[in-house]
Amino acid sequence: MQIYFPIAEISLNIFLVLGMGGGVGFLSGLFGVGGGFLMTPLLIFIGVPPAVAVATEANQIVAASVSGVIAHWRRSNVDLKMGLVLVVGGVFGSTVGSFLFKFLREMGQIDLVISLSFVLFLGVVGSLMLVESVRLILRSRKGGYRKKAHQHYWAHGLPFKMRFHKSKLYISVIPPILVGFFVGLLAAIMGVGGGFIMIPAMIYLLGMPTSVVVGTSLFQIIFVTANVTFLHSINTQTVDVVLAVLLLAGAVIGAQFGARVSGMLRGEQLRALLGIIVLAVCAKLIFDLVFEPSDLFSIGRAITK
Amino acid sequence: MNRPAAFLLIIALSAGSASQAIAQSLVADMSESSISITSNFTGKDILLFGAVDVPSDIVVIVQGPREKMVVRRKGRVSGIWMNRQSVTFPGVPAYYAVASNRPLDEIASQTVREQYRMGSTFLDFAVDASTPHLAGEELFEFREAIFRNKRRDKLYFETDNSVQFRERLFRTSIVFPTRAPEGDYTVTTYLLRDGMVIAEQLNPLQIRKAGFERKVFDLANQRPALYGIIAVLIALASGWLAAVAFRRS
Repeated sequence: MQIYFPIAEISLNIFLVLGMGGGVGFLSGLFGVGGGFLMTPLLIFIGVPPAVAVATEANQIVAASVSGVIAHWRRSNVDLKMGLVLVVGGVFGSTVGSFLFKFLREMGQIDLVISLSFVLFLGVVGSLMLVESVRLILRSRKGGYRKKAHQHYWAHGLPFKMRFHKSKLYISVIPPILVGFFVGLLAAIMGVGGGFIMIPAMIYLLGMPTSVVVGTSLFQIIFVTANVTFLHSINTQTVDVVLAVLLLAGAVIGAQFGARVSGMLRGEQLRALLGIIVLAVCAKLIFDLVFEPSDLFSIGRAITK
Repeated sequence: MNRPAAFLLIIALSAGSASQAIAQSLVADMSESSISITSNFTGKDILLFGAVDVPSDIVVIVQGPREKMVVRRKGRVSGIWMNRQSVTFPGVPAYYAVASNRPLDEIASQTVREQYRMGSTFLDFAVDASTPHLAGEELFEFREAIFRNKRRDKLYFETDNSVQFRERLFRTSIVFPTRAPEGDYTVTTYLLRDGMVIAEQLNPLQIRKAGFERKVFDLANQRPALYGIIAVLIALASGWLAAVAFRRS
């Protein structure tokens, strides 16, 4: 059954869209990421214009994150104070990103920037996750692994310190604001929640306990992707609400199952699996960038403004 | 509209214009004069039919609204393919189809075909003033890219045996793919005899988003802030609803 999407201006099979939403939603619930890092490239692969894919996916992530955060909230896995600090940075970052997105689109380079951003971040983060979790898995098998109670990072020397009870941290607000800002920037340009960057940053940079990072990142993602949806609607009219609703119908259900399954798996195994998926998407994008396209020329409606 | 009804209509049309019989050697009409893009839109075929006084040649040219198009050429930069040059053409027909009863070069001379723009070879696109100076050959490549891409999207096509005659009656079908953009289209039917155009008729055609799709599109473009807020609220509500629904189960 084909359905016409009024903003994307293409017709797609409704079950394909629902299925993609469900599959990616499952992974997003499982790993506590928005799922955008998979969905945005997938939407582009099935013919959705990249700018529409990014903006629409941001809209869909709002829904996936809300239902995800509720599940984590019930288990008391959200650091609200840290979340709000991250939101402050995120709102600034996504606003800057949205205007950058508009500019790049008019320059005709938005597709390239989207692809390159994915390759760069997915490549680096995927490799780090894989290496780190494999190391942990191997070490825990030997049984000689002991985590330090408290580690000192460079971030601890900065001013404007704040106490985060839930995360058992007393750190400067500058690093979380910067992390939030950067993730907001990525949300606007790539149509991702940014969990794949934020979660490692929270663990390795801010030193937050693993138990609260997923819930807290989802909390921040809601506000940032809502801001992206709003700004892209105003700046580029690229949010396809019909497409977003179908994707989220599949995704919210998938995310619920994912969140349940995540409790059954161990953290390092989960991270190794996510690392592999991230690297696979990255490889596909590299392939598309490096191999000569069948037609070097492309046409598009000029953006007049 | 089925075929007998279509033919009856032609007869009615011919009778109605009997007073202009001398000038009116061609009558043509379409099964529909507007296409609505609704949620189940997957393209549309429109039947064009008509009558001529003496069997001769028919060429139908359908043109879509003119759009400002950017053609971009990719080049390799340190191993990566990226858009390098671009040329803007301000008046490219979004859609261009030619249907005829036999090959165009058999119907009319190049001069006549050029005059009436019969065939995409004779479509001429002016280049935007902002375009960097390019050699004629290079510019030609950009122009060709429009035709190649439009043909791939089934927005440009020429079929030289798609007009069928049954004595004095003719018919052809015009295919509009999903990607056919909304706007005002013109369907021009030319009657040719001995290579000369002796009559022509213009039928307008509209393609419009309609119903729910129209409302969404208009809201997004006319009230973008409201649209953005609604999009966010829908997402918030759906996420919350899903979480509640799953807690109960």
